[in-house]
Amino acid sequence: MLPATEEEAAAAIRAAHAAREPLAIEGNGTKRAMLRPVQAARTLSTRALSGITLYRPTELVISARAGTPLPEIEAALAAHNQQLIAEPPDPRPLFGGERPATLGGVVGANLSGPRRIAWGAMRDHVLGIRALTGTGEVFRSGGRVLKNVTGLDLCKLLTGAHGTLGVLTEITLKVLPRAETSGSLALRLPDIAAGVRALSAALGSPFGVSGAALLPAGFGALTGCVALVRVEDFAASVRYRLDRLTETLGGFGEVARLEEAASVALWRAVRDAEPLAAAPEEAVWRLSLPPSAAPAACAALGRAFGAKLLLDWGGGLVWVAGPASEAAHAAVMAAAGAGTFTLFRAPEALRAALPVLPEEAPALAAIGARVKAVLDPAGILNPGRMRR
Amino acid sequence: MIALPPPKAEILARRPAILADLARLLPADAVIGEPIRLRPYETDGLSAYRQMPLAVVLPRTTEEVAAVLRYCHANGIRVVPRGAGTSLSGGALPLADAVVIGLMRMNRILEVNLADRYAVVEAGVTNIGITKAVEAEGFFYAPDPSSQLACMIGGNVMMNSGGAHCLKYGVTANNLLGLTFVTIEGEVLRIGGTHLDAAGYDWLGLITGSEGQLGIVTEVTVRLLRAPEGARAMLAAFDSVEVAGRAVDAIIGSGIIPVALEFMDKPCIHACEAFAHAGYPLDAEAMLIIEVEGSLAEQDMQLGMIRDICARFAPISMKVAETAEESLAIWKGRKGAFGAVGRISPDYLCMDGTIPTGELPGVLKRIGEMSARYGLPVANVFHAGDGNLHPLIMFDANDPESFRKAEAFGAEILTLCVEVGGCLTGEHGVGVEKRDLMGVQFTARELELQRAIKSAFDPGWLLNTAKVFPLADEARRAA
Repeated sequence: MLPATEEEAAAAIRAAHAAREPLAIEGNGTKRAMLRPVQAARTLSTRALSGITLYRPTELVISARAGTPLPEIEAALAAHNQQLIAEPPDPRPLFGGERPATLGGVVGANLSGPRRIAWGAMRDHVLGIRALTGTGEVFRSGGRVLKNVTGLDLCKLLTGAHGTLGVLTEITLKVLPRAETSGSLALRLPDIAAGVRALSAALGSPFGVSGAALLPAGFGALTGCVALVRVEDFAASVRYRLDRLTETLGGFGEVARLEEAASVALWRAVRDAEPLAAAPEEAVWRLSLPPSAAPAACAALGRAFGAKLLLDWGGGLVWVAGPASEAAHAAVMAAAGAGTFTLFRAPEALRAALPVLPEEAPALAAIGARVKAVLDPAGILNPGRMRR
Repeated sequence: MIALPPPKAEILARRPAILADLARLLPADAVIGEPIRLRPYETDGLSAYRQMPLAVVLPRTTEEVAAVLRYCHANGIRVVPRGAGTSLSGGALPLADAVVIGLMRMNRILEVNLADRYAVVEAGVTNIGITKAVEAEGFFYAPDPSSQLACMIGGNVMMNSGGAHCLKYGVTANNLLGLTFVTIEGEVLRIGGTHLDAAGYDWLGLITGSEGQLGIVTEVTVRLLRAPEGARAMLAAFDSVEVAGRAVDAIIGSGIIPVALEFMDKPCIHACEAFAHAGYPLDAEAMLIIEVEGSLAEQDMQLGMIRDICARFAPISMKVAETAEESLAIWKGRKGAFGAVGRISPDYLCMDGTIPTGELPGVLKRIGEMSARYGLPVANVFHAGDGNLHPLIMFDANDPESFRKAEAFGAEILTLCVEVGGCLTGEHGVGVEKRDLMGVQFTARELELQRAIKSAFDPGWLLNTAKVFPLADEARRAA
């Protein structure tokens, strides 16, 4: 189903609710291979609900219908020298396909890129939503202003809920000016532990680091790993801050500087997990950990199945690629420890058989089931997508 | 006056037994029942409203909080969570049949991890206490509500508190990693952790700002940030509100992200100047305080750019702080704004709507007209970067008619904020104060959904009853 208006989408959901007929909810379907496969005969796509509905550059807000392609939003912002703050990844390098992600898909999955470490996640910039419940009722939460604590924050509840608690139809985001320029430092380090220490030193400096990633051995011809540190600001500030960061990081190894073009290209690749070089048949996981827990987790994954690794967010985000097997998944779950994991991409059979997210405590799962019953009483929206 | 629900008579009748039960659950010094010792808990920062609670408990551990909640749940007793009691919306106002759970004794900093840039603290640690614990190493906790010397992190989480630096650093919700959260059934849940972006539903985001409707937070894991090298402010004064508003638009449009961008109208400038002698221009209709961060050279560069932008709007005067002391002097008046208004009026109501920033001139004009109509003076402070407007309505609490008019004036301002595309509250919360205005912002069905989500956490509606949701709805629900 391809509703062209919110009313049509509501009518389709009402009919599905009346018939107790499950619906797969998607935008352009770029992330179908993410999390668990949805068991639904029919698909409701929001991609025809498209277009920017409000953009006030001086108020730092943009609203668009859920099916608006992300590149359209990025282009509109770029025309006013602004950008999406969380730097969401382009799913195509990892998931394949031609169509770009939609705004609704990126918000529904709460996907954030390298800038997340300094400026917050997608969920931090969702100011308002319009959405449809599983009974086809429209509701709003938040609004179009930057500061709003009126009532329960259902924006955050639906962001990252992967379409299981409602169908987003329109989203308002906070945006920010694009920095005048950017640049990066790169330094080679003997191992991941040293790399994370270097990134912590950079993030613990007063120099406004907006990207802190680690490319471990196996990327290209490098041995050891390469730490990357980015600054985005006015040109004079970028120069100054990279100078000072070079001093901060000098004790860790020899520091090379990347000018804007090289820096932008490299961070785009990190954003889209390209340095992970995941083969098409391999599974991909994302782990979120306190950075200092990352070296041990990476070592365990290396021992378990020779994992390919890419670290972002100062070491707190660990991308993992490896065999699409239950044994590898068990090793990832163990390595996540007190942090969290997502089975980000895998063949359908594996995703259907395994927990793709950590289990919740029973009392929290019970609350979750009650909240789900409020917003989707017949359980027709993306059933099984997050948990069995 | 906003009505409180009638107390449950059978709970009031069992008060001695309830006090005795609580005294068995908690150490003797953690249960308060004598009227003289309950008195300090009868109100919060919204002092026009007062109500003595059934009892106050002051637990020291999460387990004690859980024990009290289990008991209250089993016995159908309402519960009001309380931090420092600084809520400006009556979020911690007691009910006659409710046990107040005060978290001020849970004031330990449990862990500081600078390598991973987080701290785990108990709910009763003050906002400033977190920064004090890490500032020697150059770190800080970003949200900085004006009450930060007193207010506690547990209350900050419950109200999703903001501050003057939100444009750059965000509000409480943007600076948290995890919580220890106790449900009304007394279940202790760990939400999030010490990592970013927990997988699954964003319970952390839903609980933050839920005003005690969903459960009680006993421990908080906050993100710590490295402080910038320095910060400095400037002020620019204009002879019209519209022109000052255009200057704000031009600054934001230039690509600079000031760490703070504050607006004061003429009555506010006068009140603050009389109070703080900060050297504010008394002939101005509007004044901006703009703060930037970085090294000295970076501050100079950005202040220079902002100065050039402001110069295009024919300012009456501009003053760039040359030193940290001059910067403090510029801030002194603004930070004392509420106290300054308190000096020229016996009482004031501090409103907290948010508006799209471009609507400021029109909204201030309408507020001026309302002020004349109600016969009550008003001074306006505005977080111009994020649209959060604080009109301070001056009145005399000893005159019931004056208070009634002030409340009506405030409601009309907040209704206007919603009409122009904004919201009822940017950072103070709904509490009791704005409860009955929720229908202005939300449809009946939207409120019904929010209430149903509360019910998913608190089916018996025992948690912070009579706040956030219009009372009529609760009565209907109970019927």
